[in-house]
Amino acid sequence: MTIEEKQAEIVEEFELFDDWLQKYDYLIEMGKSLPTIEEAYKTEDHLIKGCQSQVWLNAAFNGGKLDFRADSDAIITKGIISLLIRVLSDEKPQDIVGADLHFIDEIGLKDHLSPTRANGLLSMVKQMKYYALAYQSKQA
Amino acid sequence: MSISTLDIAQIRADFPILSEKVNDHDLVYFDNAATSQKPKVVIDAISNYYTRINSNIHRGVHYLSQRATDAFEETRIKVQQHLNAAHSHEIIFTKGTTDGINLVASSYGHSFIKEGDEVIITNMEHHSNIVPWQLICAQVGASLKIVPINDAGELDLETYKKLLNEKTKLVAVNHISNALGTINDVKEITKAAHAVGAVVLIDGAQSVPHMNVDVQDLDADFYTFSAHKMCGPTGLGVLYGKEDLLNSMPPYQGGGEMIKEVFLDHSTFADLPHKFEAGTPNISEVVAFGTAIDYLNEIGWDFIHDQEKELLDYATAKLSSIEGLKIYGEAEKKASVISFLLEGIHPYDVGMILDKLGIAVRTGHHCTQPIMDRFGIPGTVRASFAFYNTTEEIDRLYEGLLRVKTMFS
Repeated sequence: MTIEEKQAEIVEEFELFDDWLQKYDYLIEMGKSLPTIEEAYKTEDHLIKGCQSQVWLNAAFNGGKLDFRADSDAIITKGIISLLIRVLSDEKPQDIVGADLHFIDEIGLKDHLSPTRANGLLSMVKQMKYYALAYQSKQA
Repeated sequence: MSISTLDIAQIRADFPILSEKVNDHDLVYFDNAATSQKPKVVIDAISNYYTRINSNIHRGVHYLSQRATDAFEETRIKVQQHLNAAHSHEIIFTKGTTDGINLVASSYGHSFIKEGDEVIITNMEHHSNIVPWQLICAQVGASLKIVPINDAGELDLETYKKLLNEKTKLVAVNHISNALGTINDVKEITKAAHAVGAVVLIDGAQSVPHMNVDVQDLDADFYTFSAHKMCGPTGLGVLYGKEDLLNSMPPYQGGGEMIKEVFLDHSTFADLPHKFEAGTPNISEVVAFGTAIDYLNEIGWDFIHDQEKELLDYATAKLSSIEGLKIYGEAEKKASVISFLLEGIHPYDVGMILDKLGIAVRTGHHCTQPIMDRFGIPGTVRASFAFYNTTEEIDRLYEGLLRVKTMFS
């Protein structure tokens, strides 16, 4: 499935929800079920400090594709992380670098990626793209 | 004394924003320690200033300039009266509390704090009453001493008194903690500091909006606060300083307004308060702040105290009844601030769901990371009340928290 197809799939899933409550219940569920990052990677090096919540991120390069693992101390943040990982993990670096993550806006969670939220999510997306860019230039 | 619902309804009608809807709910605004809302008279005062008075102050000979100057200086008198300062020229307009602290740290600090001297702050200061002192201490080679806090969130005054010595040049302390609500005995703290010849700066950002402050009774050397936390406009604050101290200090910033004469090789400086007010000030805000002070005086400081005390007591009892909720800051003397955590739930998650229910609280470290480190927590959820809040709104918070618990369980 391409990044675009995965985004479309998430948008479709969210269309089933009638109100914000169901949406957040889903995010909380996703947050709880997100495979946690190995403790070894929960270090300062992998920490993206937000003012409100913290995010840890690690990337592994396997068979030409990037695999992301991430965690957060806040569950709603973790729920959104799970969506970002679903969309960007197991993709080629060049596709990640060029990805337009419009689904966040379409499912009504754009606020969470605003710089003023200070929850580490915007920095996490930037960091995911940096990882991709780094592996892309390594390949070249 | 119980306050009638009618009184509160009338007061709430003065604040247009309180009838806003947030996420389809009636707004519950419990972020008053960050900034208070503004009554319509204050909003109108800003508009009226620009509509009818706007002109630059002090040096103009024309009618409007004189009117603007009068309106501006009237507020200085109102602030003087509000703080019971001995002179109106002891009232310096600043950008806010942070600006006032930086002014003293820079101007007083560079002149009177030397290598080997000591500055005392406490573990419960806002970052704005920590960082300026770290900077000046590093610049001049002085050292910073910290007064610890106990588990209830009160200052350890025994240790404080032991820290004081002839090397202590300045003590900086908040009157009321923004994160814990603790009301500190600043009179006692000041008396002890004066006994060793140190001066005291009191951060009054959280106190002036809620209580009568008498700087002469406290014998405060410097007292600073912000207008926006007491129904006034943003970007404006006040620094009170004793006349002798302010006269002994060099200017903080150079520019227009603060000079007597300027030659190409040197300048002489204006008298107080203008020496510390370089450039065109926040005129409209100062004028509107005068209206805010009038408004609060009309509401009455006894009423404000009683209402906020009732809200604090009600909220403390109500929130304490929630299983797994822990309140941080249980000082004997406390202002209308409640910091808390729900067991196993991150404060950000709590804040997000409350926001969806139209309830505005603040989450995080509240610019007091050393307090959070002291208690070993990432942050708290903070509900802070003003006199226009109601017990019904606290019920909404209570219901919201129960909902949060259900969602995250």
